[in-house]
Amino acid sequence: MDNTSVMENQTENAHETTTGLNNRKLLMWLFLGSDCMFFGSLIATYLVHQGKSLVGPYPVDVFDIPTTSVSTFVLLMSSMSMVLAYSALNRGNLKGFRIWILSTAIMGATFLAFQVFEFRTFVHHDHLTPQVNLFGSTFFTLTGIHGAHVTLGVIWLLSLYFNSFRGGVTPERSLDVDLAALYWHFVDMVWIIIFTVVYLFGVFRGF
Amino acid sequence: MTLLALSGIARPVHPSGIWGWITTIDHKKIGILYGVTSFIMFLTGGIEALIIRIQLGGPEANIVSPEVYNQLFTMHATTMIFLGVMPMSAAFFNYVIPLQIGARDVAFPRLNAFSYWTFLSGAIVLKLSWFLGGAPNAGWFGYAPITGAAYNPGHGVDFWIISLQILGVASLAAAFNFLTTIINMRAPGMSLMRMPLFTWMTFVTSFLLIFAFPVITVALIELFMDRYFGMNFFVTSAGASPVLWQHLFWIFGHPEVYILILPAMGIVSEILPTFSKKPLFGYPFIVLSGVIIGFMGWMVWSHHMFTVGLGPVANSVFALTTMAIAVPTGVKIFNWLGTMWGGSLDFKTPMLFAIGFVFLFIIGGLSGVMHAIPASDAQQQDTYFIVAHIHYVLFGGAIVAIFGGIYYWFPKVTGKYLDEKIGKLNFWLMFIGMNITFFPQHFLGMDGMPRRVYTYDADMGWNLWNGVSTAGSLLLALSILIFIHNVVKSLRKGEIAGSDPWDARTLEWSISSPPPEYNFKEIPHVTGIDQFWIDKKENGKVVSNEVVEVDDHSIHLPQPSYWPFICSMGLLIAGYGAVYISSTVGIIVTAIGFMVTMVAVYAWSFEPVNDPENSH
Amino acid sequence: MSTDSKMNKTIDSEHHDHPSPAKYFKVAITLVIITAIEVGVFYIEDLKWGIIPVLVVLSGLKFGLVAMFYMHLKYDSKLFSSLFFAGVVLASCVCIALMALFKYFA
Repeated sequence: MDNTSVMENQTENAHETTTGLNNRKLLMWLFLGSDCMFFGSLIATYLVHQGKSLVGPYPVDVFDIPTTSVSTFVLLMSSMSMVLAYSALNRGNLKGFRIWILSTAIMGATFLAFQVFEFRTFVHHDHLTPQVNLFGSTFFTLTGIHGAHVTLGVIWLLSLYFNSFRGGVTPERSLDVDLAALYWHFVDMVWIIIFTVVYLFGVFRGF
Repeated sequence: MTLLALSGIARPVHPSGIWGWITTIDHKKIGILYGVTSFIMFLTGGIEALIIRIQLGGPEANIVSPEVYNQLFTMHATTMIFLGVMPMSAAFFNYVIPLQIGARDVAFPRLNAFSYWTFLSGAIVLKLSWFLGGAPNAGWFGYAPITGAAYNPGHGVDFWIISLQILGVASLAAAFNFLTTIINMRAPGMSLMRMPLFTWMTFVTSFLLIFAFPVITVALIELFMDRYFGMNFFVTSAGASPVLWQHLFWIFGHPEVYILILPAMGIVSEILPTFSKKPLFGYPFIVLSGVIIGFMGWMVWSHHMFTVGLGPVANSVFALTTMAIAVPTGVKIFNWLGTMWGGSLDFKTPMLFAIGFVFLFIIGGLSGVMHAIPASDAQQQDTYFIVAHIHYVLFGGAIVAIFGGIYYWFPKVTGKYLDEKIGKLNFWLMFIGMNITFFPQHFLGMDGMPRRVYTYDADMGWNLWNGVSTAGSLLLALSILIFIHNVVKSLRKGEIAGSDPWDARTLEWSISSPPPEYNFKEIPHVTGIDQFWIDKKENGKVVSNEVVEVDDHSIHLPQPSYWPFICSMGLLIAGYGAVYISSTVGIIVTAIGFMVTMVAVYAWSFEPVNDPENSH
Repeated sequence: MSTDSKMNKTIDSEHHDHPSPAKYFKVAITLVIITAIEVGVFYIEDLKWGIIPVLVVLSGLKFGLVAMFYMHLKYDSKLFSSLFFAGVVLASCVCIALMALFKYFA
């Protein structure tokens, strides 16, 4: 025993499916479609409340676009390293896989660190709390829930990283990594939207 | 290492008795679990309704206080929708869908079990609120700001929020599962346009579920944030609009009502052809109508908000879309009638319920179209006219169809018929009782009687119809008792039913009653709609009811597992912690619950579906 | 029947083209450039409200690039794209409808 006790369901690939597509991959895409509605509702809430706060601080007072650009860059790069991890695994390069997936997790954690730093600055320096106005409530909830998604992703990636040392990650089971990658890219895409709609639009006084 | 050990130790092998049920991943057993649990919940919702009707039976009654009354109508609706109709439909999805598409189980059997246990957790959180300081009291739609901390400081609304979130997880998991199953596990030859109608409607419903539930999840998160963390999502003094809650709720809530009714329509579309000895009339049109209803269901939500003051443009847009959505529904009705026309009609109990559905749903639909016009809705909104509409479509529609489904598929599940004479009595009492209860409510509504008010003055002129309506509700209660009697009696000594008691058309009737664990000895090959009918009539297939012995090693079935159950229990624990999260104990309990869930998720991930050492 | 042969295919997760690491790197560079443009546009005061459509288009491009290449939608079954974009479209429509109802565009 037992390198077979791994996350992948071995017999899954053995039988046919009606469309020829893998069940778990189909599940992941269904989940991502559903998660679009989840983030869509949160973003809609943010937009509907945009510019309606009765008191400050307002976005234009607190946002530090240069710093947030850096964290955005980090997250974008993490998507690239994720893709390289999957690519390495498919070519049988387990060492490459480990390097790239660890990099992805570290970059994800870095992004989270930026978020934590930003939240603390807002609260302690700018006196922007979730309670103070509509902007605070909607901003912290939206970005906080995104951050929670990133956190779950980092845990997932680290699990794959450590599992690879137990022989649990192989090219035959690359679907495990593919699924994590899809989730990770999605979380990145949501950030792309948040960065634009929350931060960049925040330039307008009156938002 | 520990996880390996955990997953090694925890793998059950042929568990029996209660462990067999706790660890089951067999869709048929899960279907039975859903069916029994949801029926019990339906009874509790019915009792809540009866108390309401007794309170309203006469003017100025004081059987319950206004505070308790508010909890009663909130719990009645929340129970019936989320713990009654939805899981009853899920019982049928679970039992019937794999059989109809020629599969051995669903795509993700453990996720399926998880859906059930999570549903049970949500049900527990909701129903126990009665005993833990008071049930939620702000209506099943929980409008802000009455659900906010300022107006609702007790824990009732918190139980409502948390239970709905847990139930949402269950519904989402089930919907993902059924979508994958229907897309990917159909028997060879079964194209989408050869699927049975019940499968089709489940398919559309599942899409509605995965796209609608996230919206209410967000709304509930935001409400939770307001209540517990002092945020401002729906707080007017911070500049927020409580109307946002209404929008978010109904963006979910309108697809939700189609989630409630489409499966019922699917059931009716199975029963009518069987008992008319004719194929479903206009199969492609019924399918297309179902899809269109699913699609258009996203465009009508603000018809629940015509009296909020959205303005003439918004009101007009939603009025038009609402009137438009009546069209595909009408198409279905004509096709059902067309199915019966010229058929050799056999008025067995399932058929009575199916025909009853068509009749009652027409009435409910007509009152619905009346609400579609904002001007007339302005008079009807918040009156008993709406209550009448709701109950014609949800009781006369969904519940009646579900009962039809129970009578139809009971022989498949148990191998015995439900008693036909008692069944007919059940049907007529329910049909008559339902009409006596709810038809007069149209008059009460037109006459101005408001909803959600615990009593009324003796000189309003409402006494007669309220009395009649209450009498009707007692008749309904009697019909349910008769149903229960029928079930108990038939389980004990019902007439034995073979594989195909109704001479039906779809694949589930081609295997024994009850089916063997593996469903099909050989996966069927499908060449057309109603393949089983083709087999019987054109290929001369003869169906026997004996269970054929199968070599264990030729069919691989997934193994039972504890982890779905444990994962759900983690959610239950976390849920209770969350209700009390403003205290330290609450935080600790929530954390423990989430840790249990995470451990279960890991162990589940590492556990292969088929344990090589113990393969069946 | 011909439809039967299309049913029940075996799993083939690797039959499609795989972009090379070089391609992935190019996509990454493109994403960085687009982000840089977005931030740059942000500082152009004269555009005023005009930056909104510009930013929407640019972030839409990034979204599409990640979906097509990193998430492989360009190379995978169209079913995956349909399922995902159904979610994206529905979420966008609901978002825009809510914005209109709350007079965001007024």
